Amino acid sequence: MKDNNLLEIKDLTIHYITNDGTVRAVENMNLEIGKGETLGLVGETGAGKTTTALGIMQLVPDPPGKIVGGEIIFEGENLIGKSHAELRRIRGNKISMIFQDPMTSLNPVMTVGDQIAEVIKLHQKSNAKDALEKAKEMLTRVGIPAERSKEYPHQFSGGMRQRVVIAIALACNPTLLIADEPTTALDVTIQAQVLDLMKKLKDEYKTSMIMITHDLGIVAEVCDKVAIMYAGNVIEYTDKNRLFKDPKHPYTIGLFNSIPDIEEDEDRLKPIKGLMPDPTDLPSGCPFHPRCDKATAICAEKAPQNTEIEPGHFVKCLLFEA
Amino acid sequence: MQEKLLEVRNLKKYFNTKKGLLHAVDDVNFYINRGETLGLVGESGCGKSTTGRVVLRLLEATGGEIIFEGSDILQYDKYQMREMRKQMQIVFQDPFASLNPRMSVSEIIAEPLVVNKVFSNRKEMQARVKELMETVGLAERLTQTYPHELDGGRRQRIGIARALALRPKFIVQDEPVSALDVSIQAQILNLMADLQKEFGLTYLFISHDLSVVKHVSDRIAVMYLGKIVELSDYKSMFKDPKHPYTQALLSAIPVPRIDIQRERVLLEGDVPSPINPPDGCRFYGRCRYRQDICKETTPELKNIGEDRFVACHFTNNLKAAVK
Ligand SMILES: Nc1ncnc2c1ncn2[C@@H]1O[C@H](COP(=O)(O)OP(=O)(O)OP(=O)(O)O)[C@@H](O)[C@H]1O
Ligand SMILES: Nc1ncnc2c1ncn2[C@@H]1O[C@H](COP(=O)(O)OP(=O)(O)OP(=O)(O)O)[C@@H](O)[C@H]1O
Ligand code: SF4
Ligand SMILES: [Mg+2]
Ligand SMILES: [Mg+2]
Repeated sequence: MKDNNLLEIKDLTIHYITNDGTVRAVENMNLEIGKGETLGLVGETGAGKTTTALGIMQLVPDPPGKIVGGEIIFEGENLIGKSHAELRRIRGNKISMIFQDPMTSLNPVMTVGDQIAEVIKLHQKSNAKDALEKAKEMLTRVGIPAERSKEYPHQFSGGMRQRVVIAIALACNPTLLIADEPTTALDVTIQAQVLDLMKKLKDEYKTSMIMITHDLGIVAEVCDKVAIMYAGNVIEYTDKNRLFKDPKHPYTIGLFNSIPDIEEDEDRLKPIKGLMPDPTDLPSGCPFHPRCDKATAICAEKAPQNTEIEPGHFVKCLLFEA
Repeated sequence: MQEKLLEVRNLKKYFNTKKGLLHAVDDVNFYINRGETLGLVGESGCGKSTTGRVVLRLLEATGGEIIFEGSDILQYDKYQMREMRKQMQIVFQDPFASLNPRMSVSEIIAEPLVVNKVFSNRKEMQARVKELMETVGLAERLTQTYPHELDGGRRQRIGIARALALRPKFIVQDEPVSALDVSIQAQILNLMADLQKEFGLTYLFISHDLSVVKHVSDRIAVMYLGKIVELSDYKSMFKDPKHPYTQALLSAIPVPRIDIQRERVLLEGDVPSPINPPDGCRFYGRCRYRQDICKETTPELKNIGEDRFVACHFTNNLKAAVK
């Protein structure tokens, strides 16, 4: 393991075995996250982003999910194969996750103060009174007055609820925070508040973060590195500057062309042709080939390998294989 | 000289709720020229969908006028309105929820033709359905499939084909691409632009995605809590937003570029309740330029020249408003 790395994902493969067939949700994934670093995990619906997060948390529902192979090295130890007790200690304490839908992660019949305090009690062996004090401090941190700790989630707006979820996720000072589309359900001005808050807290606590999103604007704003996923594969992976300045994979380029450019006028968008493939019946060869402008005959036959085209810039595309 | 297809004057829609009168649309004024797209943006609950529905009389207005091709359709009786409906259609955000799951693709597209008895001859109707499917890019083999068998992009194409069936002049697009992945979203946006050109359509395009709205609109109206706070051509609005809320809204967009650093205006707090709102500017509580007058008097949407409209007491003079 490299010195500054907090997490290394090696050849991770996760499948869902369903009656309709096998979904190759994550295929041969290789990623690294350094201490204090933020990795953006980007892709469209069904690309495998949430499954990756659940894999790291060791929470993939089994059945139907199965970690078929690979390693998840966190602070030098492989999380795959650890006992339930060990994993419980790591989750919440060292790795915490903000789930896609904020409402599902809050208990409607418990005050927000108690909910934060409970997490603290569970993981930090502090007594009830101290935990509640710490909970109030966390609320203030995320911009909610401490006296509102006695209120219930339904008394809060969407943006405030999401801030409570962030407070819970950060209450135990995790070293790794996985945020799964934490602002997708929020309005832009509230999203700006929440992202701003996450950036501040992350810097303050030196937390590493995986930011799952389909919004390249959010990536530009908060991430250091980016992995673009398509149909279970990380098809391009590099630092943010390189990805934005010089994207290489035809899918990455297609994504950039699909979004309207707010800074410039353009008459027509250049969409990626075709549709998302059926996850249980992915195309042969490169899974992107039916939609790819650059595809040649070999793309339907040979599966592209992860190729390091320059130091730290990985692309899964046959165009870049020597 | 451009011709107004639709003009809305002092439009109001209030809902009676347990907690009081909810001002969903409160004294809204705008017009849309023939063949153009007016974008309607604003945050969740600000009244965009209600405006769209009231304009089509899918919801009854509480007050105001809706002038379509010169006459106030709020004065129309049921029969006149039925004729009118053919001219005005709507496409919804969630194509799944708005399509009858028990009807096949061709039945869904044919439904408005059947209801309005457009064809007496079955063959002619089938030909029209086939033509509509072709227009929106649905393969002929999908004729007998059902909505649940199709992906979101195709379902949205069905919704568009159905809206086009009666050859309308005007279409309300209520978040038509919000549920779609970006690669599919771009396909649908291009399709809608092509249709607009081909059939001379006029759109009211509702969305909370400002990049999308900027791309499709000729002019844009920004709503906040039931009111339009700014309305202007898209270029001026993005170059030089006048209303403090528009400024904050535009600055909050995460831009997928690293070569441009934009200055962000972070807003404090959340949108207040639309129930029995107090007098004064609706944006008062969150505005960094607020003065006493803003709390007392509701600012009117005023023409500040070059067909730009702003509802703020300190338009063009915001700096002076800072204490
Ligand atoms: N419990 C499950 N059983 C079977 N298939 C599943 C399950 N969970 C996810 N999948 C499938 O695995 C693939 C990856 O799903 P995942 O939720 O990881 O995607 P995602 O990138 O998070 O998408 P989204 O942007 O929609 O959240 C999809 O094809 C999905 O349908
Ligand atoms: N049938 C109804 N009865 C009572 N209140 C309603 C009704 N329909 C809408 N409202 C309220 O009217 C206001 C405007 O709602 P509307 O759906 O028009 O907002 P919107 O701008 O379309 O929001 P979104 O972006 O979430 O779609 C909201 O406060 C909403 O709760
Ligand atoms: S491998 Fe071929 S099909 Fe796949 S992205 Fe590269 S060029 Fe396109
Ligand atoms: Mg997901
Ligand atoms: Mg709406």
